Amino acid sequence: MTATAAADKPKKLVIICYSGELEKTWATMILASTAGAMDMETTVFVTFWGLQIFVKDKKRITGENWMQKMMSFMQRPGASHRKLSKMNFMGMGPWMMFKLAKKYNVAKPKELLEMAQAVGVTFLPCQMTMDMFGIKREDLVDGMGEPVGAATALQLMTEADSTLFI
Amino acid sequence: MANLDIKLKVDASGLSCPLPILKATQGIKTIESGQLMEIVATDPGSVKDFDAWSKATGNALIEQDAADGKFRFVLRRK
Repeated sequence: MTATAAADKPKKLVIICYSGELEKTWATMILASTAGAMDMETTVFVTFWGLQIFVKDKKRITGENWMQKMMSFMQRPGASHRKLSKMNFMGMGPWMMFKLAKKYNVAKPKELLEMAQAVGVTFLPCQMTMDMFGIKREDLVDGMGEPVGAATALQLMTEADSTLFI
Repeated sequence: MANLDIKLKVDASGLSCPLPILKATQGIKTIESGQLMEIVATDPGSVKDFDAWSKATGNALIEQDAADGKFRFVLRRK
């Protein structure tokens, strides 16, 4: 049998999930779930608009003060409510994307997120983003790791075999 | 080739990337080390993807063929 790269030491992948648009959410979820499936030690650091993806779908408004509430009102949080950066057309674009995804058996971001968690991918929320947007632990989907900061993200990145900023 | 003792058959026909790989991952966890899993996919990209997945995970790809737009892979759990 030929030698495989199946190492004694697993490969490490870090994804910085920064953007919250539908197409980028999809990219993050596809790569994270597949990396987990490939036995890569995968960590996703979730920050800025990326954190909105990880708010529970049913949560409509997050935040403590009026500005935070307004922010969440203007851009509905949740993995199932992402907008496209191009061709959003008041939601027509995402609606068509989901129609096509269904037709061609492409898993939705929400499903891929659950599969990623099932294969052991760690999702770490950014504490600063949580504070700034007034997002609480209980607003986020179940199974998220402890909130961390930039130093932890950087340390993970320096130790990783590959790092992506999405 | 006809004598392979397939423990688990997984049908990933019609599914798009990365679902065949994710289905394979779910499936292989249900069999024991050394046992065989057969997976059938229709995604042409799965040919290269299963090769990559096999190399990364160490689950050996011991047989593969293609016929009528179906791609069949037999993998042995590490």
